[in-house]
Amino acid sequence: MPEIILRDQVVSDDWQVLRPVEGEAIVVPAGRVIVPLAVWLDGEGELKDRRDVAVWLGGADDPATLAPSLDSMKLVAIDFPKFTDGRGFSIAYLLRSRFAYRGELRAIGDVLPDQLFFMRRVGFDAFALRADKDIHQALRSLKPFTDTYQGSWDNAVPAYRRHERDWPAAGKA
Amino acid sequence: MYRYDQVDRNMVNERVAQYRDQVRRFLDGTLSEDEFRPLRLQNGLYIQRHAPMLRVAIPYGLLSAKQLRMLASIARRYDRGYGHFTTRQNIQYNWPKLEDSPDILADLASVEMHAIQTSGNCVRNITSDEFAGVAPDEIIDPRPLAEILRQWSTFHPEFAFLPRKFKIAISGAAEDRAATAFHDIGLHLQRGADGAAGFRVIVGGGMGRTPIVGPAIREFLPWQHMNTYIEAILRVYNRHGRRDNLYKSRIKILVKALGTEEFTRQVEEEWLHTKDGPDTLTERELARVSAFFEPPAYERLAGTDADFERHANQDAAFARWIGRAVKPHRVAGYRSVVLSLKKTGVPPGDATAEQMELVAQWSEQFGFGEIRVSHEQNLILPDVRLRQLFTLWEEARKAGLATPNLGLLTDIIACPGGDFCSLANAKSIPIAEAIQRRFDDLDYLHDIGELNINISGCMNSCGHHHAGHIGILGVDKDGDEWYQVSVGGADGSDAGRGRSAIGKVIGPSFKADDMPDVISRLVDIYVANREEGERFIDTAGRLGIAPFKSGVYGSPLRAGREGATVDA
Repeated sequence: MPEIILRDQVVSDDWQVLRPVEGEAIVVPAGRVIVPLAVWLDGEGELKDRRDVAVWLGGADDPATLAPSLDSMKLVAIDFPKFTDGRGFSIAYLLRSRFAYRGELRAIGDVLPDQLFFMRRVGFDAFALRADKDIHQALRSLKPFTDTYQGSWDNAVPAYRRHERDWPAAGKA
Repeated sequence: MYRYDQVDRNMVNERVAQYRDQVRRFLDGTLSEDEFRPLRLQNGLYIQRHAPMLRVAIPYGLLSAKQLRMLASIARRYDRGYGHFTTRQNIQYNWPKLEDSPDILADLASVEMHAIQTSGNCVRNITSDEFAGVAPDEIIDPRPLAEILRQWSTFHPEFAFLPRKFKIAISGAAEDRAATAFHDIGLHLQRGADGAAGFRVIVGGGMGRTPIVGPAIREFLPWQHMNTYIEAILRVYNRHGRRDNLYKSRIKILVKALGTEEFTRQVEEEWLHTKDGPDTLTERELARVSAFFEPPAYERLAGTDADFERHANQDAAFARWIGRAVKPHRVAGYRSVVLSLKKTGVPPGDATAEQMELVAQWSEQFGFGEIRVSHEQNLILPDVRLRQLFTLWEEARKAGLATPNLGLLTDIIACPGGDFCSLANAKSIPIAEAIQRRFDDLDYLHDIGELNINISGCMNSCGHHHAGHIGILGVDKDGDEWYQVSVGGADGSDAGRGRSAIGKVIGPSFKADDMPDVISRLVDIYVANREEGERFIDTAGRLGIAPFKSGVYGSPLRAGREGATVDA
């Protein structure tokens, strides 16, 4: 079974991700499956009631669309089509801080070890790493920095409000 | 100046460790070239024509003597004994080895410096006025807020993969010496009705393929809201900026597409959610950071000095240098001195390790151990006593740093160009040199007066050609290097009477060999048409480009040779 990082641990995971192919009919398979927002919105009733169906958002999706349903959701995924496409960072931050989503927030797609620190800060707690990456090595690079300057989801309080930071030595500027 | 505390030290040291591991993984094949690229870029490392290029941040252009000595030492140890100061208050090394780059970053960290976010699609080095804290026309010292913004933008988790690079400049004086209208965000510090500090916020200015003088989206933003407001701008941009086309991905394109009004509405709406949140600045934090920028212990001096006056009266060369390189200071008996990195024959902005060490030494001997770097690619000693100017001038002259050409035609801004940069279409440095050689007569140079020539080797506009009174852009035509010329650009400083404007292209481009003649013709047209007290930029503003166009293209260049070399 595939593995993901969930709350700083490597765990087995059987959620599949449905990625519709243009021109082909969309079939939502049985079992645990994460479907695109559009598919989930279309599947009014049937899909929304299935406890083994979750939603993933793309960079162009508006997280506000999910706001009315977030309370009942246990898993939401955000897709990174390329790791350099940073829209997912803002979407994650908004889901957590503006729409108060508290369930699992999973990064899927082009998810690489060196981005996990940033992802974790904006609110992701689950990472489905790209298949060719060493998940155990990634686990070690979750926290390359002991402190942070600015607020984000993980800690909204900037460094200068958390620490007594140094003033200049007396008598010299 | 600002000194690191444990929080800052940990940050740069941990960055060195992280980057060292990334380089190791790239070299052992764990990281592909595509995966390593954004990681190395966010540490300032490009892969260039000859070797990697490492770009080191000089936040808001401020250096201590110790830091400048380290830059000299890096130039000597890891490079070929020199460095290139850029138009964004960075220094670039053109010949380091990839394998050495983690050690260079460790050396930088030891003097409280770094190369964090000097490249890549993230918030870049915050730039500012090179005369901050000493300029007589200063309203509010921008350095404390620039430092606060440096910290806020460092490793911001949400904005490390923006659609494109993001440049912020802050200025706090009557004269805009930071070209704020040409930045993704330009902040103008000013006093509000109640005397409290705040910003005029300009968004979406820039150079490149689509040069734009940025519009103001807010006339006054109280300083406490700097970070949350910028966060709102960046969030709107990060979500909605274009990612499908490299040339349309800067924030200026988004502002244009939405219209300033709609863009502003989206920002203000986003800001309502973060306004007054935890990232709102506190009086205490501003006071703490400001305390690092308290004025040094100036002597009480008279406003004049007899020795200085005598030298200035007796020595024409000294007087000429004073006229160009010596700038007023807010404290009586002091001046700021600009050391020109524009000596003919030396690539604009280049300094040798020896020169850097000398400047570091002078900063201690004649000042308080501080140096500034300007976007015009010169070095500045901000606090020199009037009575020591003559001694400093003699020293600077020996070191080739006293060319009396600041603000004049030969004080050319130029990117490294095709000699070094893999993005360039054409060379910049030899063009600058050929023009400098043509105008080597100091009397004539001073008679022509203030004239900014800016040269970029490609549309990326690192040489700020759009804002040059005369702008030169390297273009590629079927593999040959050609140069397009524009007239009438201005960077917002007093050199262009405070205007920010984009130069207009005068016509088809020229071959490299013709460039000195083209500049001569442009200057001749100005000299023939100027009215009393007019600078080149004034005459160009009054007449438009038509006379310049007809004067340059009216007869074949390089008369006597067969055929015109003008590319029709």
